[in-house]
Amino acid sequence: MSLYSDYQKKFKMRNKKIKGLSLQVIPFSEIEYLSISERVKKILNLILGNKIVIIHGRLRAEEEVRLIEDTMALVDHVKNFKGIELAIIEPDIKNQGIFTKIRYGIAKKLIGDSSALTVIGPSSVVKEIKRDPKKIELLFG
Amino acid sequence: MFKIIKSFSKRILASLFRRKTNIKIGFYGPPNSGKTSLANRICKDWTGEEIGQVSKIPHETRHVQFKEKVEIKHKGKNLVFKLIDTPGIATKIDYEEFIKYGVKKNEAKKRAKEATQGIIESIQWLNDMDAVVIVLDASENPYSQVNITIIGNLVARKIPVLIAANKIDLKKADVKKIESTFPEYEVVGISAKEGLNFEEFYESLFRLSKKV
Repeated sequence: MSLYSDYQKKFKMRNKKIKGLSLQVIPFSEIEYLSISERVKKILNLILGNKIVIIHGRLRAEEEVRLIEDTMALVDHVKNFKGIELAIIEPDIKNQGIFTKIRYGIAKKLIGDSSALTVIGPSSVVKEIKRDPKKIELLFG
Repeated sequence: MFKIIKSFSKRILASLFRRKTNIKIGFYGPPNSGKTSLANRICKDWTGEEIGQVSKIPHETRHVQFKEKVEIKHKGKNLVFKLIDTPGIATKIDYEEFIKYGVKKNEAKKRAKEATQGIIESIQWLNDMDAVVIVLDASENPYSQVNITIIGNLVARKIPVLIAANKIDLKKADVKKIESTFPEYEVVGISAKEGLNFEEFYESLFRLSKKV
């Protein structure tokens, strides 16, 4: 059985079970030591289960594009899967003083970018994520 | 021995001070922002022929298309580059969206399949770019994750970026909003369709090429 048909089966099964809204919060520590592939796989597995994933932290730039790439590969192979909605909210430190920026930079180096929140949902559940720098608004389909 | 050292240092100095010729400039952005319209205008102006077809239906460009050696002569300056027009990057593809534009179901499904592959192709080409023009629709909200993700990736790869705020001919267009969303980058308002503000765009393109 190919990887994609396995995904297809899981997606079908979970699609039948889901009746309400399902949120899954992932603390940053849970994905901190995973490779890019493992992180993206973990996220997409939850998304295929029709869950809205909230990660305490943010993905790195290369992980975000990898997530889009792998999502597109799944759209191509998993029936009725149409993709994801993705948004990241992080504190606006642009207008803060130099000491706040330094403090933020050091904390980011030490414990990763855990001050951000990443929200990812299947586009069949989350129709749109409206966002501005300070808030995220999820619109359900 | 002296000869070897001399030729080695010559090569090092040459690589340090040589400006890259025939650089690769990619046109990236979300679907329907006018990447191909902009690429067409540039190609038509400087090579006499267009690069691709444009349409109101999203994901019209589903393969990376390029034009070798586009030579722009502007105010006594000369720029030769390879222009790379890429499919719009999105996080979701729904074939039913295409049906709304009058596309038949089978054709819509085929288009959706090609669009997903086009997005993957676009992302894979990111590594090959020397500089990138991000084309955004100035009448849409620029604060979308796809835009932030593309720009974030280019910054991480140290690829110089210019933002073209397209469709300034539309009433809803708001170039200032794009400037305030991406204050670290040069933003130039244009209309690829109407050919507005291209003098300034070419100036910006020359500045972008100097950063390579």
